[in-house]
Amino acid sequence: MADFEVPVLNEYPIIPKVKEGVMAHSSPFIAAEKFQTPLGYPGELPDNWKEVAIDKMGELLGKYRSLQVFLDICVHCGACTDKCHYYLGTSDAKNMPVARQELLRKVYRRYFTFAGKYFPKLVGAIDLSKEVLDDWYSYFHQCSQCRRCSVFCPYGIDTAEISMAAREILDTVGKGQKYCNEIIGKVFVVGNNLGLPEPALRDTLEGLEEEVEEDTGVKVRFPLDEKGAEVLLVTPSADFFAEPHVDGLIGYGKVFHEAGVSWTVSSKASEAANFGMFIGSYENMRRVALRIREAAEELGVKRIIFGECGHAWRVAYSFLNTLAGPFDFLDPKYPVPQHICEFTNNLIKENKLRLNKEENDHMKLTFHDSCNVARGAGMGNVEGGQFTIPREIIKACCNYFYDMPKDTIHDATFCCGGGGGLLTDDLMELRVKGAQPRMEALKRVTEDHGVTNLAAICAICKSQFAKTLPYYGFTMDQIVSVHQLVSNAIVLKGSEQEAELDGAAE
Amino acid sequence: MTLVTTLYVGLFYAATIILVIGIALRIKKYAQAPAPLKIPTMPAPRTQTGVVMRMFREVVFFESLFRANKWTWLFGWLFHFGLLLVLLRHLRYFTEPVWFWVNWIQPFGKYAAFAMVIGLLGLWGRRFLVDRVRYISTPSDHLILALLVGIGLSGLGMTYVAHTDIVALKSFVLGLMYFSPQPLPADLFLLTHLALVALLMIIFPISKLMHAPGVFFSPTRNQTDSSRERRHVTPWAQPVEAVQSGKR
Ligand code: HEM
Ligand code: SF4
Ligand code: SF4
Repeated sequence: MADFEVPVLNEYPIIPKVKEGVMAHSSPFIAAEKFQTPLGYPGELPDNWKEVAIDKMGELLGKYRSLQVFLDICVHCGACTDKCHYYLGTSDAKNMPVARQELLRKVYRRYFTFAGKYFPKLVGAIDLSKEVLDDWYSYFHQCSQCRRCSVFCPYGIDTAEISMAAREILDTVGKGQKYCNEIIGKVFVVGNNLGLPEPALRDTLEGLEEEVEEDTGVKVRFPLDEKGAEVLLVTPSADFFAEPHVDGLIGYGKVFHEAGVSWTVSSKASEAANFGMFIGSYENMRRVALRIREAAEELGVKRIIFGECGHAWRVAYSFLNTLAGPFDFLDPKYPVPQHICEFTNNLIKENKLRLNKEENDHMKLTFHDSCNVARGAGMGNVEGGQFTIPREIIKACCNYFYDMPKDTIHDATFCCGGGGGLLTDDLMELRVKGAQPRMEALKRVTEDHGVTNLAAICAICKSQFAKTLPYYGFTMDQIVSVHQLVSNAIVLKGSEQEAELDGAAE
Repeated sequence: MTLVTTLYVGLFYAATIILVIGIALRIKKYAQAPAPLKIPTMPAPRTQTGVVMRMFREVVFFESLFRANKWTWLFGWLFHFGLLLVLLRHLRYFTEPVWFWVNWIQPFGKYAAFAMVIGLLGLWGRRFLVDRVRYISTPSDHLILALLVGIGLSGLGMTYVAHTDIVALKSFVLGLMYFSPQPLPADLFLLTHLALVALLMIIFPISKLMHAPGVFFSPTRNQTDSSRERRHVTPWAQPVEAVQSGKR
């Protein structure tokens, strides 16, 4: 099935011995000039690339306290070394978070610190060279920016910040990554990552309306560009057609319908994802984020709600107010933006949704905390709401729920292996190997509790698992959307399901 | 004044200046670099008080390290709190009359030196025994540990092997503080101890030892989780806003 060795799943996690260079060959496709230019980057390495790169590093050091402090204060204690799923799955030395940081730090020391300028050997400082640049390109694209290392570092050193900076430096010297930069270009031109134009979107949504009506007998609407709707739903474009994402979208539609809240998707902002974050570019991230503000203004909505997407939720929750705020034109009663899980959970708590758990009895569930939701965002305005709210929803919709081992959930969750702009076929080996720790934890609950399905609230996680589950002896349909479970359980007023249930009760 | 005394007086003035100015400049750099985005490692405290508590737990208990690795935590904590007690104990050389609580901790301070050295040796051992830590260790990591072990052992030497003239030492230290140099007792343990301490002070601002002030500036630990409630914009992002607003 694969031209590389798929890691084994052990009974209990084993920290692998360090191996050097075993993933040095892993590098994503380079962005051609046509994908670089629209983002404001050169198409190839300029002659004075070294100068450009060092200048950029200096600029970023002055702009980001995180970078300046993190590059300075690491004590090489090693606490983070066994925390990265890519290290655990590949055993490549440079996939240990501190070793990954060190790729950039060595150069930082050489050009920006006294010790590195005068005693380079002593502190491990090196000159910038083509080899170093290639190493950066390879290993900063073996980091999904999941922030697990930052949880365990005594100073909170976040390798994600370092790899964002490194990618921005790479972009400025013309070494951009095709996958991310091509996608950002599509967002600017078409409005979403997949390049789905407005008519296709309208078609898809109409199709969903028919499908739901067929299943339930209820006309649930999936509106597009409707002015004056109360809610603008911003959701990852994979929700419009990929499996199991689309089942989640059906779930949101049913919840809005039951709540009696009018909503709309926007063709201009038909994408929640913001790959500007992955490439560490404030400017591009802001440009992508602004579409959402513009769509909200043009449609005259009162609230913005985000669908199930991990990094989109980080950008939304943590950055949107900064990047595209202030949102004083929206209804101040609601947080801006809200997560669909917050919306649904509130309705459940207010007893406004009728849920028939038995509809999900064919599944025993566990929940995968997506890294960007778990460690990059919050929910419900309570500390840790991002862990409790999705679980409360699942438990309200399902009879069987079991958590994976404690050191693999909540803020210690393992990345799916495909985040951070790595969800591309040219990185398949990395993605499969990086999924190993999550798969191991899944296997644990499969064996201990007979868990059959893994629920998630992230489009990238869902696509990644659909692709990688089979490598580990699972099947691709074992990954489900949280709102798919809601969609299964929800009993719409006036639906065939309602008639059946109430008939049975009589 | 002997040559040795003159040398050490000069050394300590220079080391102190380098330490103080060096750290101040680094801190200025950290403080001046803006944090354009809210990046606390979540879940994060929702209030400023909560952030103070989080930082307190990090600095006093090494909370994150405890979650990460129990051995590193144990040795690291032994070393740092040994060091802290030892430093506090040293205040008796700098104060006249000696503050009462400094007297009170003297008996603990005596053993703290052992804790410190044991902690250091444990941390050093990891650099040889754990292959991951071995891979990331640079020569300077080993040298800093050697330096601290050297300081600890030469200090212990004076407590347990060859006592130095404490009264004379104290007048030397007070002499430094009040700019009227006094003779330094010239015995081997003391001279070694002081030379290593001066070296530590000199390398502090240019080494990873900056983690001590640096930790307080770590955005992933010192920010609140309040991005939806309060808009957070950095000065350098303003021109970006202006330029891009023109575009839209
Ligand atoms: C706010 C004060 C400080 C805090 C919170 C702090 C915290 C830490 C932590 C969590 C570690 C990693 C674990 C370990 O290796 O012990 C560490 C390492 C270290 N600290 Fe500190 N520290 C502080 C002050 C100092 C001072 C004043 C010194 C020395 C003069 C020092 C010297 C070291 C050394 C040498 C290491 C590396 C140990 C190794 O090589 O494994 N620290 N510190
Ligand atoms: S951010 Fe995640 S992927 Fe990157 S080094 Fe840290 S643990 Fe590994
Ligand atoms: S845990 Fe933090 S300080 Fe320790 S090696 Fe990793 S990044 Fe450096």
